[in-house]
Amino acid sequence: MIEHKIKIINNAGLHTRPAATIVKLASKYKCEFFLDKDGLHINGKSIIGVMTLAAEKGSEILLIFDGEDEEEAAKEIVDYFNRGFDEP
Amino acid sequence: MSHKLKIESENVLKGIAAAPGISISQAFIYTKEKEEVSSELITNVEEALDNLKTALEQSKKELRKIFSLAVDKLGEKRAAIFEAQIMILDDPILISSIQNRIIKEKHAPEYIVNDEISKYTDLMSASHEPYMKERSHDIEDIKNRIIRNLKKKKWKSRITSDVIVVTSTISPSDTVLFSRVNVKGYVTDFGGLTSHAAIVARSLNIPAVVGLHGASTHIKADDHLIVDGFKGEVIINPDEKQLQEYQKKIQRLSKQDFELEKLRELPATTLDKKEIHILANLDLIDEMDFIVHNRAKGIGLVRTEQLFEENEAFPDEEQQYQIYKTIAERIYPESVIIRTFDIGGDKVLPVDLKEPNPFLGWRGIRLLLDNPKLFKDQVRAILRASANKNVKVMLPMIASMFEILKSKEMINECKEELRKEGKIFDRHLNIGIMIEIPSAAVLIKDFAEEVDFVSIGTNDLIQYLLAVDRGNEIVSNIYQEFHPAVVRTLHHIISEGKKAKTMVNMCGEMAADPFAVPLLIGLGLDSISVSASAIPLIKKIIRGLNYKETQELARECVEFKTEKEIKNRIHKFFNEKLRDQIKNLY
Repeated sequence: MIEHKIKIINNAGLHTRPAATIVKLASKYKCEFFLDKDGLHINGKSIIGVMTLAAEKGSEILLIFDGEDEEEAAKEIVDYFNRGFDEP
Repeated sequence: MSHKLKIESENVLKGIAAAPGISISQAFIYTKEKEEVSSELITNVEEALDNLKTALEQSKKELRKIFSLAVDKLGEKRAAIFEAQIMILDDPILISSIQNRIIKEKHAPEYIVNDEISKYTDLMSASHEPYMKERSHDIEDIKNRIIRNLKKKKWKSRITSDVIVVTSTISPSDTVLFSRVNVKGYVTDFGGLTSHAAIVARSLNIPAVVGLHGASTHIKADDHLIVDGFKGEVIINPDEKQLQEYQKKIQRLSKQDFELEKLRELPATTLDKKEIHILANLDLIDEMDFIVHNRAKGIGLVRTEQLFEENEAFPDEEQQYQIYKTIAERIYPESVIIRTFDIGGDKVLPVDLKEPNPFLGWRGIRLLLDNPKLFKDQVRAILRASANKNVKVMLPMIASMFEILKSKEMINECKEELRKEGKIFDRHLNIGIMIEIPSAAVLIKDFAEEVDFVSIGTNDLIQYLLAVDRGNEIVSNIYQEFHPAVVRTLHHIISEGKKAKTMVNMCGEMAADPFAVPLLIGLGLDSISVSASAIPLIKKIIRGLNYKETQELARECVEFKTEKEIKNRIHKFFNEKLRDQIKNLY
């Protein structure tokens, strides 16, 4: 199991477009993927779940990867968060 | 309060007579929007899971079609939300928890869907972030779509035959649903003469009374009803006397139908031997038998958008081809005019992008030219159905020469493609346009030279010319067929069209108004297109007319300055010339 604490850095926060991209990325992998924030434990392969997270700029989320390809999954998804979802 | 008492003592509700005829039957209350999601238990889990699957597929289909059409208009942010909505329908976590709960709790799928998705929207609404509230509306939207599709199936199985449908308002897809189960009548709270439900009711010969505020609350399920589509009245639980009176009326009506039936094989020729072609409008394929039975001289308007309304998705080229071919074969050797999709942006844009004025917005040819694939698929289907040379194509909502030329260019591209593919079609396929926007009426001379025929759509033309929303009951009294501006515009269109040797047809509601017919004939129309049920009466009227006299009538009406003068003149004409012919019918 891999855990990563990341910070939302883009201006618009975790809005719908990045939420959809995260779910698409996560669905490529076999491992389980969760996002923990404010006591919510959200399955990262569920678009409706990820959309439930209110995560504005500066907020912190704990990403949890668990399963056979967890390293590759973590690398790609954490990278996407760190790039600020390719947004300003 | 006094109003209520009056209704109770007289058991008669008054509304707008929208489709003629009389029916006596049980009430069926159709309250789709307000109906609560029932928590009752189900017995057949397999069936419930199956229904869930179908509803999800249907919802996906609807969203994809809307998305593919409107993606350019949505903007990036909105497009992303749309895409997310489609993804929600495939959300593995959400769907499997809904399925598991159906199996475990044995509640109906709509109950579980509502409960499960509400968990998420409740969380979103509780958030302090303003955009999360907005997002919860988007999720709400998708939830309602799934539930609607789940219920549609249910309604279909629950509606019994031979009932009178009572509802607040009917959508086009509802009317299609009802037309398949032999509905005896329609009673609605809202809507006017030209609302969609009224048009379909008339074309299928089903009595309808609309605009009866509060009907759906006054009338209870299984109440016995009389619907009088002539007077615009509904009688709730009639007494013995009322029942007898109406049974007599029904007998008299069937006698009249019998009288009109005798004219079936005769042409619609005036006393001085001018033949007028009475064509039929076709909304639903189900009308075909009726059209053939009433001996229409062709089909003057196929409202293809009905195919869209029915499925809430666009049929592909092959599906359209099959439908158009069937119609063309059934009406052969007469011709059929197929109008390309006249869809409004209000049908394909998501709620938050709703246009403030859909009637002045993205609709008809505008939407088609922005969606070349949709347009060309349809044109190809129409061309392929034209192999026997009895098919014509008509373009809706034309306002400028550019739209005509651009459409013709695209039609030529389709011809070129089909030629290369070795498909058979009519190389001289006639192209026509609707004249329903004032700019097209003004420019009729130029337009008529560019096309093979024109058809006047009076509903929209009057609405745009007089700047009055025909669905708005507050101003509906100034929606006037016999407004001098309307009469003179019709005169202009018809005479300029004739000068250019372009055929002029009329396919709006006005063509089916018995009082308008003498004036229209006098103005020089050679053909009119009406719902199949109106053909016998219109033919009877034409056969009682003298063409020379109608020309004189038209000449006078073009000069009058007020609606009142025109109406008075027409009524006088009726009393003098037609009283004998139609006294038994009116």
